[in-house]
Amino acid sequence: MTAFFQNLGLPFEGAWLLSTIIGILVIALPLMLAVAMIIYADRKIWAAMALRRGPNVVGPFGLLQSFADGAKVFLQETIIPSASNRTLFLIAPIITFTVALMAWAVIPFQVGVVLANINVGLLYILAISSLGVYGVVLSGWASNSKYPFYSAIRASAQMISYEVSIGFILITVVLWAGSFNISTIIESQKGYYGFLNGNGFNPLLFPMAIMFLISAMAETARAPFDLTEAESELVAGYQTEYSSMAFALFWLGEYANVILMCGLNAILFWGGYLPPFDWAPLYLVPGIIWFLAKIAFFFFVFSWVKATVPRYRYDQLMRLGWKIFLPTSLLFVFLVSGFLMLTRYGGAQ
Amino acid sequence: MIHVFAFYLFAAIVVCSGALTILSRNPVHSVLWLILAFFNAAGLMVLLGAEFIAMLLVIVYVGAVAVLFLFVVMMLDIDFAELRAGFVDYLPFGLLIALVLLAEIVLGIGLWSAGPIELAQRAAPVNPELSNIQAIGGLLYTRYIFLFEAAGIVLLVAMIGAIVLTHRARGGVRGQNVARQNRRRPEDAVRNVNQPVGQGVEL
Repeated sequence: MTAFFQNLGLPFEGAWLLSTIIGILVIALPLMLAVAMIIYADRKIWAAMALRRGPNVVGPFGLLQSFADGAKVFLQETIIPSASNRTLFLIAPIITFTVALMAWAVIPFQVGVVLANINVGLLYILAISSLGVYGVVLSGWASNSKYPFYSAIRASAQMISYEVSIGFILITVVLWAGSFNISTIIESQKGYYGFLNGNGFNPLLFPMAIMFLISAMAETARAPFDLTEAESELVAGYQTEYSSMAFALFWLGEYANVILMCGLNAILFWGGYLPPFDWAPLYLVPGIIWFLAKIAFFFFVFSWVKATVPRYRYDQLMRLGWKIFLPTSLLFVFLVSGFLMLTRYGGAQ
Repeated sequence: MIHVFAFYLFAAIVVCSGALTILSRNPVHSVLWLILAFFNAAGLMVLLGAEFIAMLLVIVYVGAVAVLFLFVVMMLDIDFAELRAGFVDYLPFGLLIALVLLAEIVLGIGLWSAGPIELAQRAAPVNPELSNIQAIGGLLYTRYIFLFEAAGIVLLVAMIGAIVLTHRARGGVRGQNVARQNRRRPEDAVRNVNQPVGQGVEL
């Protein structure tokens, strides 16, 4: 796109800046729409599993419910508690929201369609997602209130714990692909057994796919790991003191993160924008359709789990993260690197 | 043009937030300024072309170390007046350390720029076709393998040491026996009773 603007007579810098800004908008605006629709989908799926109707009043089939909620929240008064730390209180939701959007810069939607095709794409995602904890911690601390603070402590411990195992799971995929570049990782998943696309079909990586799905739920604090906003214990968690747009930013950021995690799951283990089968006619469907379909599928799994699995106890959560996922993922790093050493990189010399 | 602008932006923020780390009265604010400094330092690394180091800086320092700082500082009940009381007492000592550090920086840079190797050779000795990670990995696992492994052992010892220092058996703690919890079935816990009306339940 930079070249296009340069042809219009702009200097390189101007063209680069303009095309980058347009690229950001082209990703961020549909993402916001997707978040609105996915909140609706979440509520519909959840309702269907509880034999309820879910949102069905605003618009056809209640499709506009999220926009109505957004408008309502937008028109509310922003209440800032007098004992809170004003600046940090307002910065915290902005951090959560911004961080949730930033990670999308390196996600490829189709062959070659990516805002920033950088060599360390996966590390970038790891780095950005490790920033997400600050929004939560700051909101909890700046609220100057007991329950948000408890929630913030819980949330940060939870996020840090599961980041460790997610890091090791990513390492196994990176070892297999031989690159940190996300496009390369996707391309490397072509043609398992000659007809399947996706690392998940690899018996050594399939357990990692399952563990990544569960870790992603814990990382985004979705049910059954939603201890950060366990209503019966902590009112509404770190968002308790928030109202109006500040609350909405948390909300949007959370769901944008959930979509990102679903997308990562699709990219790392199920071939991203590749069709599931390595069969020529399937490549006629644009890659972004496959990618979105995979995201939708994993989001359905997320909602399904949310609707059916009861919340974990905190010690169970920590045990799962540190005593089960961490050793297992380490073991698989060992297994995968050993396997590659014996096969791809020329045996035990 | 954009590079220059980005450099001055990042550098200015690093310097300002570094200063504010020291100057802010609230320790939580100090940690937050420190985090901002780390993050912008990572930006400077990206400008240098060292994207791997930049990402590591964010993951390790911002994502892990600073979170722990923030944790500790937030949970401490700090009396700010008391904290500032020793300021004058420690001032000469602090100035001494600052002077030593300054002298070392001057010495280091002086030796570096007066060294026997040409300046152009020092900056980019690696193959430009190699990506960052491959170049670092190649060096770490060949030439510096012993240093690398020694660093790993030091970290392991530090980790075990930290665990030994903090892990002690306390009396009166009832832990969860997860194996027992998992073994428990509904049949062990639930009993259906056809209770006649007017009589109490026997448990």
